This record gives sequence, structure tokens and C-alpha cells, in this order.
Amino acid sequence: MQISPSLATIDAVRFYDDGAHHPQQGTLLGFWIYLMSDCLIFAVLFAVYAVLGRSFAAGPAGADLFDLPMVAVNTGLLLFSSVTFGLAMIGMQHGHKKAVLSWLPVTAVLGTAFVGLELYEFSHLIAEGAGPQRSAFLSSFFTLVGTHGLHVTFGIIWLVTLMLQVYKLGLTSENQRRLMCLSMFWHFLDVIWIGVFTFVYLMGVLA
Amino acid sequence: MSEHTAVDKYSGYHASMKSYVTGFFLSVLLTATPFWLVMAKVLPTPGVTALVVLGFAAVQIVVHMVYFLHMNARVEGGWSMLALLFTAVLVLIMLAGSIWVMYNLNTSMMPVHDMTQMRLMP
Repeated sequence: MQISPSLATIDAVRFYDDGAHHPQQGTLLGFWIYLMSDCLIFAVLFAVYAVLGRSFAAGPAGADLFDLPMVAVNTGLLLFSSVTFGLAMIGMQHGHKKAVLSWLPVTAVLGTAFVGLELYEFSHLIAEGAGPQRSAFLSSFFTLVGTHGLHVTFGIIWLVTLMLQVYKLGLTSENQRRLMCLSMFWHFLDVIWIGVFTFVYLMGVLA
Repeated sequence: MSEHTAVDKYSGYHASMKSYVTGFFLSVLLTATPFWLVMAKVLPTPGVTALVVLGFAAVQIVVHMVYFLHMNARVEGGWSMLALLFTAVLVLIMLAGSIWVMYNLNTSMMPVHDMTQMRLMP
């Protein structure tokens, strides 16, 4: 047949197309690229903090304000929530709807506790007169940590939405795709938090 | 494998209990150590502690990428890794560049009292 050489040529040309193309692949790669652009937003905020983080305007410094044991608890909460999300994903891979629907609420509770503790810290700082308007250091601190907290908040909203979706529709391929995206988002936020607790809290207390 | 679902069959992402457990224990170690170093003031100077703590963070980011985000060169035929590396280069240029430029700008600035005298100059 004359078709086979032309097919071979097509195979050679489509180097990256292993024949497994599927619309879902596009979503996950696209979502990953969104996360990378989100990473750039955080990088800019980290750069702002790096530049302004020592401009105290005769106000309090990180060493006076930060409560490291509380930050450690917060870090633990987020890390545990990453693991519980992972357990939900493993449940999803095995097609266990029950496992997914029990690990996702645990993740949501841990995430909510994280945001709650962060809001408590913020209100405490503002009550002490160390609000975002006090100094350039505090402005950049609230912007960076607040943006991360806002991401986690939206992640929780998304998580609750998906819980309802899975509850009503089951582990359809659409829901699996959505869970994969949220899983990446959630783990990504944990990665950003590594930068926050190291660069802002730990190094802030050191200086 | 039978446990592969429609999604991870096509994308190459695959979560396993082993990777989450490994990632979790490594993360606990890599988080607890820097907190201990800072809170117990183990190392002689803050500068050394800061460098060590930053090193721990860099390692932990890689651990999270590998064990939680299941990142490797095969996911999405390598495009995810390419996007990640590109972003890492951008972030590095932007962070290093901003800090470098702004630090130099600060040191090149005249002290405040000189500026007030400058107003009186012709």
C-alpha cells in the first residue's frame, strides 16, 4: 500500500503527538501554565517585599511582630491539607467516591483553619497598630501574605464546589479533570507558602 | 495498570501513596529543621542561618514539585517541565535583578541632609 510510507512520515513529523491526544490533556497543561503565570505574580510580590522589607519607617520590625510557633502551626496545617488532598486524589484514581468525599472535607477544614489563623494574625497586627499603612515593610507584608491567603480562600470555595459536583454527579471524567486542576492549585499554594514562611517569617525574625 | 483513570492515562500525572508519604516525611523534616534553627538560634550568626534556611526552602520546593505535583520530564510530553524551567528563569532574573538594582539605587541615593543643602545650591 502507498499509505504506509505517508503515515510513517506523519508519525515522524508529529514528534510530540504520541496518539494519545485528548481534550483533557490541553486543560491540564493550560492550567499548569496558568499556575506558572500565578507564580510570576508571587515572584513580583516577593521582589517587592525583598526591596521594601527593611523599610520600617521607625515602626515595628518582623522580629517584634512575628509569632513563629503560630506560623509553624499554620505551615503544618497547610502541609497536612496537601497530604489529605493527595489521599483524595488517590481515592479518585481507584474510583472510590466515598474516599474522595471524606478527604476533601478534611482538606477544606484544614484550609479554613489556615485562613482563620492568618486572619487572626492580621487582626492582631492591625489592633497593635501594625496595619498595612504603618510602613512600607508592613504594606508589602500584607500584600504578599494576603494574596496567598486570598488564593487559599478561593481554593476552598472551589473545593466545596467540587465536593458538591462529585456528590451529585460522581467521579465523571469532567470531575476528575477538575479535581486534577484543583489538586495542582492546592499543592502549588503550598509551594508558595514555603517561600513565605522562609523568606518573610523566618528571615524576618533573624534580621 | 487498572487503577489508571482516564485523566492520568492521558496526562502522565499519577499520584501514589508512596510518593505522598515520602513527600510528607521529607517536608516535615525540611520544615521543622529551619524553624528549629531560627527559634533555638543554633548557628553562630544570623547570616549563616539565613543561607541555610534558604537552602532548606529550595530543597523543599523541589520535594513538593516531585512528590506532590508529580512533576517530571515526561508529564505532558515534557511541556510542563519546559514551562516550569522557563518560569524559574524568569523568576530568578526578576528577583535577582530587582534586588540588585534597588540595592544599588538605595546606596547611590544621597543622604537626606545632603538633599536639603542641595536646595540651597545655585
